[in-house]
Amino acid sequence: MAELRYSEEHEWVRVEGDIAVIGISDYAQDQLGDVVFVELPEPGRAVAKGEEAAVVESVKAASEVYAPVSGEVVEVNEPLADDPGLVNREPTAGGWFMKVRMADPGEVEALLDEAAYDSFVSGL
Amino acid sequence: MSAGTGAIRHRGLRFEEPLIFEQGAEGKTGVDLPDVPKIKDRLGGLARKTPIGLPGLSEPQIVRHFTRLSQKNYAIDTGLYPLGSCTMKHNPRLNEKLARLPGFGDIHPLQPESTVQGALALMERLSDWLKALTGMPAIALSPAAGAHGEWTGLMTIRSAHEAAGDARKRVLVPDSAHGTNPASAAMCGYEVAAVPLNARGRVDLGALKAALDDDVAAFMLTNPNTCGLFEDEILDQAEAVHEAGAYFYCDGANFNAIVGRVRPGDLGIDCMHLNLHKTFSTPHGGGGPGSGPIALCEALVPFAPVPYVAEGPDGLRLVESDASGTAFGRVKGFHGQMGMFVRALAYILSHGIDGLRQASSDAVLNANYVSAGLADLMSLPYEGPCMHEVLFDDAFLKDTGVTTLDLAKAMIDEGYHPATIYFPLVVHGALLLEPTETESKESLDHLIATLRRIVERALAGKPDEFHAAPVDAPRRRFDETAAARRPVLRWRPPAAEDRAAE
Repeated sequence: MAELRYSEEHEWVRVEGDIAVIGISDYAQDQLGDVVFVELPEPGRAVAKGEEAAVVESVKAASEVYAPVSGEVVEVNEPLADDPGLVNREPTAGGWFMKVRMADPGEVEALLDEAAYDSFVSGL
Repeated sequence: MSAGTGAIRHRGLRFEEPLIFEQGAEGKTGVDLPDVPKIKDRLGGLARKTPIGLPGLSEPQIVRHFTRLSQKNYAIDTGLYPLGSCTMKHNPRLNEKLARLPGFGDIHPLQPESTVQGALALMERLSDWLKALTGMPAIALSPAAGAHGEWTGLMTIRSAHEAAGDARKRVLVPDSAHGTNPASAAMCGYEVAAVPLNARGRVDLGALKAALDDDVAAFMLTNPNTCGLFEDEILDQAEAVHEAGAYFYCDGANFNAIVGRVRPGDLGIDCMHLNLHKTFSTPHGGGGPGSGPIALCEALVPFAPVPYVAEGPDGLRLVESDASGTAFGRVKGFHGQMGMFVRALAYILSHGIDGLRQASSDAVLNANYVSAGLADLMSLPYEGPCMHEVLFDDAFLKDTGVTTLDLAKAMIDEGYHPATIYFPLVVHGALLLEPTETESKESLDHLIATLRRIVERALAGKPDEFHAAPVDAPRRRFDETAAARRPVLRWRPPAAEDRAAE
């Protein structure tokens, strides 16, 4: 599996060609607690890096999910509508949120690698 | 389903109460009505064709059902209610007596004004007091509760900007504001932008200034904020907000900390709602409707909602439509929560300005007493004294396996309503306690001793006991995730359930 890159807002990105698969990190799901609802963007929507792209609601709080890269949403993870617990069980696999066709693949380079994200999280 | 109720086990004098639909049986009734006479059906085919499905119960069954349900309430009348940012204070019975005076309790909003001069005078008198306490020149009494007041205030601000040809699209809300603030702004059609806090738990002034531009309609501050702290840079905030041509909104839900000591108008506030049901002791939390009058600065007065009380040629009158056409209209049927106006004014007059000042001082003293009694065991995210509520984070629970939620559930086993938890979001694992001035020193000592015992148990490393709490409550811990993911929102007759299962 390709390596994950992370934002400081706790989203992860996995690059598959010009597509970025986006989700929230294991740390984020653990902090949120049991996820009960995920609001996903409409496919076709353009998102800018740092812009609110989805909402995740847990028993504790509702939080925004920001697009870690810019581009167009090409697909969303429909099963999350019926089984939002996927975000808790498989945050970096079956619990992905959306796929975005990147406008500028170079934006991924600015994201943290696994080691840098781990050390960022341990400092929180 | 009387068959089902036979299986229910009561314990001691604590009753297991089935749903009213589960107790009903066809043919049982509290009153016998004569047979319906034969009449010509003029409903044009709209008559109900299926049974209405009301439960059949006798009068004593009904009385027991609702009395038993009422006994399951935890209320300020049964014990300390430390829910933060809610100001669950005692509701003096004098208020109730006065609200039931026939001249207030038995009147109708459509009565001729000449017959309700006393009620109108009461509304005017209450407005005068609220003007004096806020230091602001106008009051609109009609909003039904706090969030309704927020929305009304923002509509007033929107009307003012639009009238000046300066429609704006954004409202700034700090991370320490009440959760209803961004919701009210969004409801009012504004974009909401968050303003972060500084390391002292107050609004980051630099970030506020950076976020202000000519598209910002208002800055919505809660002061004291939900960290229980007074915004000590509020004068600089006001200057920056006004320089940008925006209005300064204050959420008054925490006004109980400063009544009689600080007048928000003096701090540069342009618009503020007051929660009569918090600060002014009218019942809430299931005990009665809220009431959220708003106070307005001079510039916003022309845009205030109707109705309001004014002097007329024949005494007081209600102005119910606005001749100038600038006001945005009515926000509620009739004149607002009249019963709450009576209770709030009764509270104000029975305390007087010195009593109100002492009440807010005692509320702050009590919160600081709780803080001091727990500071060595629990962790305070911000330094210095607090206002009317004390905020803890969960740093003291690190590595214990016990969470803030577990602690809250353990409070139930000890006979306390839990504090507010996981709010505000800016603090990790927040526990927010507001004892109010209602509690005596003995009551606070008991709360502190109980919390110390709970925390010492948590630190001693028995997380499993905590995960099981509450043990002694009528219901054990419920599955919040399942409740949110698969809520059961209505009762269905067992036959329908069986059919659905097939």
